[in-house]
Amino acid sequence: MMSLLEVKDLQVRVEDREILHGLSLTVNPGEVHAIMGPNGSGKSTLSHVIAGKPGYEVTGGEILFKGEDLLEMAPDERAAKGVFLAFQYPVEIPGVATMNFLRTALNAQRKARGESEYSTPDFLKKVREVAKSLNIPQDMLRRGVNVGFSGGEKKRNEILQMALFEPSLCILDEMDSGLDIDALRIAADGVNALRSPDRAMVVITHYQRLLNYIVPDFVHVMSRGKVVKSGGKDLALELEASGYAQFEDAA
Amino acid sequence: MPAVQETVERVRRIDVDQYRYGFETLIESDKAPKGLTEDTVRFISAKKNEPAWMLEWRLEAFRRWLTMTEPQWARVHYPKIDYQDLYYYAAPKPKKQVGSLDEIDPEILKTYEKLGIPLREVEVLEGVVRPEGERKIAVDAVFDSVSVATTFQKELKQAGVIFMPISEAIREHPELVKKYLGSVVPTSDNFFATLNSAVFSDGSFVYVPPGVRCPMELSTYFRINERNTGQFERTLIIADKGSYVSYLEGCTAPQRDENQLHAAVVELVALDDAEIKYSTVQNWYPGNSEGVGGIYNFVTKRGDCRGNNSKISWTQVETGSAITWKYPSCILRGDNSRGEFYSIAISNGHQQVDSGTKMIHLGKNTTSRIISKGIAAGVSQNTYRGLVTAHRKATGARNYTACDSLLIGDKCGAHTVPYVEAKNSSATFEHEATTSKISEDVLFYCVQRGLSQEEAVGLVVNGFVKDVLQQLPMEFAVEAQKLISISLEGSVG
Repeated sequence: MMSLLEVKDLQVRVEDREILHGLSLTVNPGEVHAIMGPNGSGKSTLSHVIAGKPGYEVTGGEILFKGEDLLEMAPDERAAKGVFLAFQYPVEIPGVATMNFLRTALNAQRKARGESEYSTPDFLKKVREVAKSLNIPQDMLRRGVNVGFSGGEKKRNEILQMALFEPSLCILDEMDSGLDIDALRIAADGVNALRSPDRAMVVITHYQRLLNYIVPDFVHVMSRGKVVKSGGKDLALELEASGYAQFEDAA
Repeated sequence: MPAVQETVERVRRIDVDQYRYGFETLIESDKAPKGLTEDTVRFISAKKNEPAWMLEWRLEAFRRWLTMTEPQWARVHYPKIDYQDLYYYAAPKPKKQVGSLDEIDPEILKTYEKLGIPLREVEVLEGVVRPEGERKIAVDAVFDSVSVATTFQKELKQAGVIFMPISEAIREHPELVKKYLGSVVPTSDNFFATLNSAVFSDGSFVYVPPGVRCPMELSTYFRINERNTGQFERTLIIADKGSYVSYLEGCTAPQRDENQLHAAVVELVALDDAEIKYSTVQNWYPGNSEGVGGIYNFVTKRGDCRGNNSKISWTQVETGSAITWKYPSCILRGDNSRGEFYSIAISNGHQQVDSGTKMIHLGKNTTSRIISKGIAAGVSQNTYRGLVTAHRKATGARNYTACDSLLIGDKCGAHTVPYVEAKNSSATFEHEATTSKISEDVLFYCVQRGLSQEEAVGLVVNGFVKDVLQQLPMEFAVEAQKLISISLEGSVG
């Protein structure tokens, strides 16, 4: 079976500084991978490079997504192919109603895939179903994208989009940052409901706490721009007990 | 390459030559000799068969103009204009009186068809059945200096509304024109308004009688076609007691290497309990990617809330012109009168915009509201300049002002120059201003969700201007939204 995502010996620079020094990662459909590591280890850089954020220079290695060269694609193309990044800090877009944003984005993706655009009634039906399952009130959909949303609402809006766009790869960047325990539980339940045999998730987090709610199949520890250790879900608990210091030298 | 840098690169290469209205219509025209003297003024007046009082009015303005100097205070830079190197009058031939669309030169009709404007009227003339509930719009089309067609005259006449070229109104309704022309913008007002008073050739005249709600939107489309021609139209709208009128104005011009001058004057008068809503979508040719060519737009627009409880509302979407110098203003003379100014000003390429409003509170308990949205891209400069003032006797005056600027790229500029004067202690003035940049983070968020860069910018900008777009009549709002996207095309990579 072809892997969903293959990152091979990836080297990335920002301006003159190399952030990733030969990172490799293989993700298959249905798997949930957690990437842990201290601040500055390159976790967020990896998520940005996979999604195609400008400002990063790939100096070596490759990323294959469903066997295709991901680095050759524009970020909107990657989205249409099924790459979804749930942002650590979702942006606010004043004056653009969330509902309008969702429909514009969903139809742009469908159009790029050569599928027909959703009609308004079909779209509304779909959004309402998904919103209901995530406990998102209709009122939130009428407001400007993330404008005046609480931290928890912003994260729920990310998960709503994830559910709506049905991506095959979800990257969750520090989903737990800024959430209290109740908000975290709601968000995690939303993510768990989207786990499926055709969909993979890469969960980036600093703390083990999140992994109590989203239980991974694999855990990778990053330090100084590389994966320094990989293991099962128990590795996260081990880290929680002993900290990241032991890996600092290994890198 | 980072998005912002890409944006800048792209803007540098921007082909403003994609201006969609940049075609020229080949028709013969009848021009006044080049240059401006008393004879030019007499020539124009004679062409219009004007009565002697009108000629005198013009000549007085002309003599005054000779003593005036061009204002220099705006934040716009352009080479000195040689006023003797312009044509001040150009009428399409044949210049016979036009009674219906059939009699208009088909070339001109084609022009308006390309602009997508008269189709509605043509449809109506052809007896095309329109969907129920769709509102009718009466159009006065001004081609170079001359009004070529005014539609729906009959229907308007039944309601008692006068809507006709101002040149006709001077002949047919001299008492109204004499009473109101120059009563809001006096002939001595400013350099460009005085010039206009001397040489204006046409424009629209509207009179809505007491208690009448104008049964349809009124609209004028201005088109400059001739080379080296100035266009000086004059619009006068009077809403008599308790009446209401909504008026729309649209403007385009062909692409030319040289700059063309446009110096219009618009005067609005609202008597007791009357309301005038004036909307503009201005899309004059902005010049090419090197900043060559484009319209110089020096316009004086002013409304006088002369009666108690009257209301005047200006809404403008400004996307064109190489230079815009324009401050649609309200004199709040009547007690409890209200002035509004809603503006979207977009500058791209080498455009320079200096625009804003004046709210002059004279009556008691007068209120005004200013919502200005400036969007600058390319190497353009975009200035909001506004004055809010309360007279000594204007007790209880209130103003709310919000000026927001959005920058796209890092070579453009946004400037806000508000003047606020309160001469009595009971006035309440509020001013809010923000300047922001479309951040890479917002663009990346949108493209990560599947939007292209251009779709993302369009979405963000349309969100930014939403408050103002909502003020436009429905038909124009859709047009304006498209225009906004078109005028920002190529502003991102």
